[in-house]
Amino acid sequence: MTAPTHSPVVPATTPTAQVRLAAEGVRLAYGDKVVVDDLDLQLTEGSFTAIVGPNGCGKSTLLRALGRLLRPTSGSVLLDGRAITSTPTREVAKVLGMLPQTPLAPEGLTVADLVARGRHPHQSWLRQWSGDDEAVVTEALRWTDMTELADTPVDALSGGQRQRAWISMALAQGTDLLLLDEPTTYLDLAHQVDVLELVGRLHTERGRTVVVVLHDLNLAARYAQRLVAMKDGVLVAAGTPAEVLTEQLLADVFELEARVVPDPVTGTPMVVPVRRLR
Amino acid sequence: MTLSAPTRTPPSRDQPRRTLRIGPVSGTYRTRQLVVPVALLVVLLLTAAVSLGRGDYPIGVTDVLGVLVGVGDDTQRLIVLQLRLPRIAVAVGVGLALGMSGALIQTFARNPLASPDFLGITGGASVGAVAVIVLGGTTTVSGALGGLGLAAAALAGGLLMALLIFGLAWRGGIDGYRLVLVGVGLAAMAQAGVSWLLTRSTLFDAAAANVWITGSLNGRGWEQVRPLAIALVVLVPAALALNRVLAVLAFGDETARALGVRVPLAQAVVVLVGVALAAFAVSAAGPIQFVALVVPQIAVRLTGGSRPPLLAAGVLGALLVVASDLLARTVLPDSFPVGVVTAIVGAPYLLWLLVRGRRRSTL
Repeated sequence: MTAPTHSPVVPATTPTAQVRLAAEGVRLAYGDKVVVDDLDLQLTEGSFTAIVGPNGCGKSTLLRALGRLLRPTSGSVLLDGRAITSTPTREVAKVLGMLPQTPLAPEGLTVADLVARGRHPHQSWLRQWSGDDEAVVTEALRWTDMTELADTPVDALSGGQRQRAWISMALAQGTDLLLLDEPTTYLDLAHQVDVLELVGRLHTERGRTVVVVLHDLNLAARYAQRLVAMKDGVLVAAGTPAEVLTEQLLADVFELEARVVPDPVTGTPMVVPVRRLR
Repeated sequence: MTLSAPTRTPPSRDQPRRTLRIGPVSGTYRTRQLVVPVALLVVLLLTAAVSLGRGDYPIGVTDVLGVLVGVGDDTQRLIVLQLRLPRIAVAVGVGLALGMSGALIQTFARNPLASPDFLGITGGASVGAVAVIVLGGTTTVSGALGGLGLAAAALAGGLLMALLIFGLAWRGGIDGYRLVLVGVGLAAMAQAGVSWLLTRSTLFDAAAANVWITGSLNGRGWEQVRPLAIALVVLVPAALALNRVLAVLAFGDETARALGVRVPLAQAVVVLVGVALAAFAVSAAGPIQFVALVVPQIAVRLTGGSRPPLLAAGVLGALLVVASDLLARTVLPDSFPVGVVTAIVGAPYLLWLLVRGRRRSTL
């Protein structure tokens, strides 16, 4: 684990913003294999953060830990200041939503049923479908443009529509925080943009705090306010896209010689690869 | 001649959910999910009435129904209530338990092949029962004392096997695929155990054991009904209460956890209830094959939806066992074990499932 030394970790918080989710010295391992070691990260209210890094750098592992799907072997993840692993999982599910990388739906399940399941943490054995539940699900379907497909089975949808359906479910869950693990995997560019537009609107219009693991640096720079770059389980850089996406960092973290130019559409940094460094 | 593919109603034709709200209680249902179990219940009642009327002293269906609601002469009452009802009650209870057990385990494992038959639970029960027959010196299966000892041994064998499957498949939670593989391995071992016991037995014991292994309702009386009824009173409401959490478990571990389900706990409860249902059923009537496998899959095609419905699967299971028993007693030669009939219905269905599954995976 040799972390590149050049780039100082930018303090993540502005003094005013409240920290919602934080990793404090977390060590994450699968069995004996340590994937992430002694990592600190703070995610503030209303932020949109993208975690980037090469394959196997531990970014999905970190996201799983932030979403309490993986228990740190040491250190802790704090949700609103409280250790997430000692908070009842149902309470967490009312505040924090998480979509795994390739979630699977039972064969034949309709979009409406999928989205309705997002209400699970708010329901009880007696109160299985309140007026609130119905209103929230209807609104989530409408907002993600899935109303017309409500009675279509999820397995009959295209990749992009399927991702919209899952995001609709996460929206129906009504959580302040939303963690997405590579929501654009297997999608063509147009649908990648479509999904990220939707996630971006969740952030801007619905005030959600969003953390997303992304592979595409240009899209990450365009949609996220803040980038977190990881390599070999270490957090290498964090800050605005312009601060993080430097030619030096691309060389260190991605072993890529590249030019960074302003995106002609948004002015955010755009990576133009030259060749792989070895 | 042209061959046309079987037309299956596409799931998108699924009926919309209807809402039910009474005070603080609320829920959703689909009309078909209520109508199907009720319709099956009516068919079950009629089939049971026909079955109760058949025998050396035939009684008409209307007379049987009369006896069941409290009218009818003493002879009819004696024959229906004392002599024939226990057998049918065992058939209903066993079918109900197997149908629900299959629905629970298939939903949990997300695998239509995951049934107590394939997971070795019925195999474990068979080892227990055959051991009693062969080693315990029980001369006849139908004897009251032998029957009780047999049931206890079968229950112990089934539950022991369940613990073994559980212990070997557990990795901080249960992966459905791993559960099936472990179960198949243990089922093979149980089969070997039964074979070994049979080679050591006398011809007479082996014949008795073989009837039991096939699954039979012959000679079943109130002493089989009572433990089964007590188990069902506990386990059926438990299974129905799990419905809500099953709907979320069907999404897989990660999503279920993200939605606030304590996955290992929920999985453990689902598997235990499913296994206990199967074990009690097998202890009452032997391992009646294929009911737990076939019934949930037929039930889901009747009700629509994305997973086997618990209630419909239970009622359909009861119907299948009662109807198979009726066939075995009337159409087929005397004392034909019911397990043979369910296997004759079940095996072709299993093949159809496999053929259909393969076709879909190559699309």
